[in-house]
Amino acid sequence: MSFLNVIVCIKQVPDPQYLSKITIDPISKTIRREDVPAVINPLDKHALEEGLRIRDEYGGRVIVVSMGPPQAELACREALAMGADEAILLCDKAFAGADTLSTSYSLSLAIKMVGGFNVILCGNETVDGSTGQVPPQLADFLNIPHVTRARKIEFIDEGMARVERSIEYGYMVVKVTLPAVIAVTREINIPRIPTVSGILEAHQREIKVWTAKDIEAEEERIGLAGSPTQVVDIFSPEIGRKGEMLRGAPEEVVKLLIQRLHELGVI
Amino acid sequence: MDFSFTPEQEMLRKTAREFAEREVAPKVAQMDETGKVPMDLVKRMGELGFGGMIIPKEYGGTGVGHLARIIILEEIGRVSAAMANTLQIHHLGESPIIYFGTDEQKRKWLPSMASGKKIGALALTEPVGGSDVLGIQTVAKKEGDAYVINGRKCFITNSHISDVCGVIAKTGEQEITCFIVEKSTPGFTPGREEDKFGLRGCNTGEIVLENCKVPAENMIGKPGDGLRIALSCISNVGRPGVAAAALGIVRKCLEEAVKYANRRPLYGKPIANLQAIQWLITDIYMDYEISRWTAYYAAWLRDQGVRCDTENSLAKFWATRGAVRCAERLIDIFGAYGVLNEYVPQRLLRDAWPLVSAAGTSEIMRLVMAGGILKKYA
Repeated sequence: MSFLNVIVCIKQVPDPQYLSKITIDPISKTIRREDVPAVINPLDKHALEEGLRIRDEYGGRVIVVSMGPPQAELACREALAMGADEAILLCDKAFAGADTLSTSYSLSLAIKMVGGFNVILCGNETVDGSTGQVPPQLADFLNIPHVTRARKIEFIDEGMARVERSIEYGYMVVKVTLPAVIAVTREINIPRIPTVSGILEAHQREIKVWTAKDIEAEEERIGLAGSPTQVVDIFSPEIGRKGEMLRGAPEEVVKLLIQRLHELGVI
Repeated sequence: MDFSFTPEQEMLRKTAREFAEREVAPKVAQMDETGKVPMDLVKRMGELGFGGMIIPKEYGGTGVGHLARIIILEEIGRVSAAMANTLQIHHLGESPIIYFGTDEQKRKWLPSMASGKKIGALALTEPVGGSDVLGIQTVAKKEGDAYVINGRKCFITNSHISDVCGVIAKTGEQEITCFIVEKSTPGFTPGREEDKFGLRGCNTGEIVLENCKVPAENMIGKPGDGLRIALSCISNVGRPGVAAAALGIVRKCLEEAVKYANRRPLYGKPIANLQAIQWLITDIYMDYEISRWTAYYAAWLRDQGVRCDTENSLAKFWATRGAVRCAERLIDIFGAYGVLNEYVPQRLLRDAWPLVSAAGTSEIMRLVMAGGILKKYA
């Protein structure tokens, strides 16, 4: 079987190693990104590694698509250093303030422009937002199926993949028609470390920067304007356990306990 | 004046850190315990391109330069000075060929050294010492179109793991010459493997040359060039390399000191609040800044093609002495924990000390600096 392209969506996020140093802006309710070094979202690195593995096995090209401020170019550069064939950065003030919906919309337009893809790979979620919404939304905009929490991908033929999905206490095997969006978990592989020559070459290569105009985006569907999500407040939920002591003779306590569990709908 | 790394150098640093933390760190305890070189990691460094940093592109390297080399060695040294020293001596082994070899010699040896398939070393020091180069006793005698080498080298890093070894020998009374000897050459035998208290997992030992016949085409430069070649390579590659490995130790001391001082409570507060501890930490910090900037500066000069023996000696002197001082301070901060084998400070001290005499003692560093200073400021 022969491959066309693998598209990998990556996002630049604050380095999770510095989680303790991350603060939230009380007014905008967003992460203060300037205080912490930025890296490729860890799960996106697994997605990229999977893309590179697929290319190395079946041929085709790996095209990285990202959206972010100008400094996200570094994440694209790192993806090239790892071995991606091409990198496209959606970068425009008009994209600023995008929630997952407008991000997915913008990414889908760019991906349609690239065209000729069999698989779109994403990390299952990012360490900053952790919504996990972009892969399914992206699939919806592209009108193709999606699989989330993928821990293994095998290709049956050009039109079909067999994917193992991690679920609680095990995994689920699904077949998906291609092209599809597949969102991966960390179990899928170990991302490669770029080589010295990979890094040097990556710095010689061009990263395509596309604006909202380039992808022919509808103004009201991108950036803040296209984002129905509004962050009203950010707080750490207090997690406490509700203790209830049952007292009395053991027989009575057991009866009381069963009664309470019935009331609570546990049994 | 720009003190920032280029984007390439910054990414190289990140890559080296990732390699060191992900692949080297899990093997550090085992290296310290067994004293053996983890050859799989040596191979990995080759695959990542760490072997070819000062080898030009046309000979299979990347020629990314001396500063980039220091950055990578520092990051590896931060996790394992032993691993950093193994790598830097590999570079030292390449250097006579890179800077003094013929095109043919470069083609023959450098590509496989760049990829790490063949490991390098440079054998100068003998039982009589390493500082007195003219006093060496290893002899290379011309026989037809070959030289027969006899002698014994000691304190040679990578002695038992090297495939391509530069050997410094006398071809006349006052004539010092450099040869490349391959491991497979009959008469070339690694001798005793030293059991060091630190820098364990970096191999040091003897090389015995017994009627070791090497073709004349393995000579680097001309007869009599050996002294200049050895001194230049040790000054420009060996000393900065040792400095970078030591710099990694100093950096680790700084990180460990801050981490521990912020966590360890005393009198109900972290010891970081105590001025006595703060002074120890600032002293480590000062050694870190001085060590790194002198090391980066020397490497930067070298990349500009400027002669920098004085600066190389300064960097090597300060970083190695600094590493010993900082490891001692770290042990002070850790208290009794500092000397327990399961905590890192004692290993840093043990790793730092062997670097002090490597590639020239502190006294020789002062001599080299004095020579440069007396000329420059006359």
